[in-house]
Amino acid sequence: MEATQPKTPMVSISGVNKHFGDLHALKDIDLTVEDGEVVVLIGPSGSGKSTLCRTINRLETVDSGDITVAGKPLPAEGRALANLRADVGMVFQHFNLFAHLTVLQNITLGPIKVRRTPKAKADARARQLLERVGLSEKADAFPSQLSGGQQQRVAIARGLAMDPKLMMFDEPTSALDPEMINEVLDVMQDLAREGMTMVVVTHEMGFARRAANRVVFMAEGQIVETATPDEFFDNPQTERAQDFLAKVMTH
Amino acid sequence: MFDNFDLMVAALGRGAWTTVWVTLSSYTIALVIGTILVIMHVSPALPARWAANAYTQLFRNIPLLAVLFIMYFGLPKVGIVADNWVWALLGLGMYTGAFVGETLRSGINSIPLGQAEAARSVGLTFGQSLGTVILPQAVRAVIPPLGSLLIALVKNSALVLAIGVAELTAQSRRLIEDNESRFDLWGVVIGVTVSYLLIAFILSYLVRLIERRTAFVR
Repeated sequence: MEATQPKTPMVSISGVNKHFGDLHALKDIDLTVEDGEVVVLIGPSGSGKSTLCRTINRLETVDSGDITVAGKPLPAEGRALANLRADVGMVFQHFNLFAHLTVLQNITLGPIKVRRTPKAKADARARQLLERVGLSEKADAFPSQLSGGQQQRVAIARGLAMDPKLMMFDEPTSALDPEMINEVLDVMQDLAREGMTMVVVTHEMGFARRAANRVVFMAEGQIVETATPDEFFDNPQTERAQDFLAKVMTH
Repeated sequence: MFDNFDLMVAALGRGAWTTVWVTLSSYTIALVIGTILVIMHVSPALPARWAANAYTQLFRNIPLLAVLFIMYFGLPKVGIVADNWVWALLGLGMYTGAFVGETLRSGINSIPLGQAEAARSVGLTFGQSLGTVILPQAVRAVIPPLGSLLIALVKNSALVLAIGVAELTAQSRRLIEDNESRFDLWGVVIGVTVSYLLIAFILSYLVRLIERRTAFVR
């Protein structure tokens, strides 16, 4: 008889606690993200959802608890941690494109420096990715010459260029003008459809409903509720979630 | 016009040339030391930060002339012997290096934290993110104050006359104290002033050029 191998989750977080001074920012967090799954973290400001997202590639350290990515415990520091981060794409609220580099150089820096990809090959791949996010003609522009939405699409291409196992989005549309939000969400939704494993912190309820496999609702540093989008939005179980949805869904 | 004009111009020219190469060589040393210092300053290793801090405090708080005297008169007593121009370059370079380090550090502090976070999340190591993302931006942010340090160094380089290096100020003093009084005092004063101004203007222009060439918008 063949032993059934339990599938290794992409991300496994167990018993994680984090303090910022007196503030207990993350309280006994347990969360797993399966391979190919899209998990959307929602909740009020200060609920710890961004912090939780940032612990997964150790931009935030934790006080206690365990985090594994693709079955391996998060390394503490050094090259091992850099290697893990290379496999985890990260998209920030404020884009954080390298201001002194062109769009193309922003995308190829990681592949060339970390993956040792030959420049010509990295350039070709970057141009493919730019085409995919609809910015082929911007390869030689500098970040400051792009709109917010364009910058964020470049940031997504920069993440994808590393062929990540997992993409994380930390409020990717919160700093955008309203008319630019959809161009970014469209790219993200395509990614989700193609089976990319994604952790998304967002206030975009429409995106959560359409793209998420699972919605995780956080408040005051705790995971309050975890459900499929339909269950969560149509029939929230906790009072805290009902209250939150009532406030954000009125318009 | 002035007495022995051609002799004066030749002597000041030699001095000016010495001032220029002493300045540029010691500035190169200062840039290397400043870069090493700032890397140590931001490194995660505590002893490296301590060492950088100790160096900076030491060389920022001792008068340059004292640094030169300690090297030139002191070090030979403990068996470290070198020509006076070596001490001139090292003294000026090590002293200015402390200021370059602090200037670069303020440059790094002006770079938004998100740049380092993005660099790290792409998988760059500490050294790679410093070398390809942080320092290139930090240096560009502080080119004007680095230029000021260069101009200050032109003037500080006059102090090496005290250890016998015949730079511009040393030459002008020789002309003024000439045994046979062959040179007009005002001729020398004007000559040395014009020489320093020319050197400073040319260097400022080059710095401005570099600033413009490397500019980017945030």
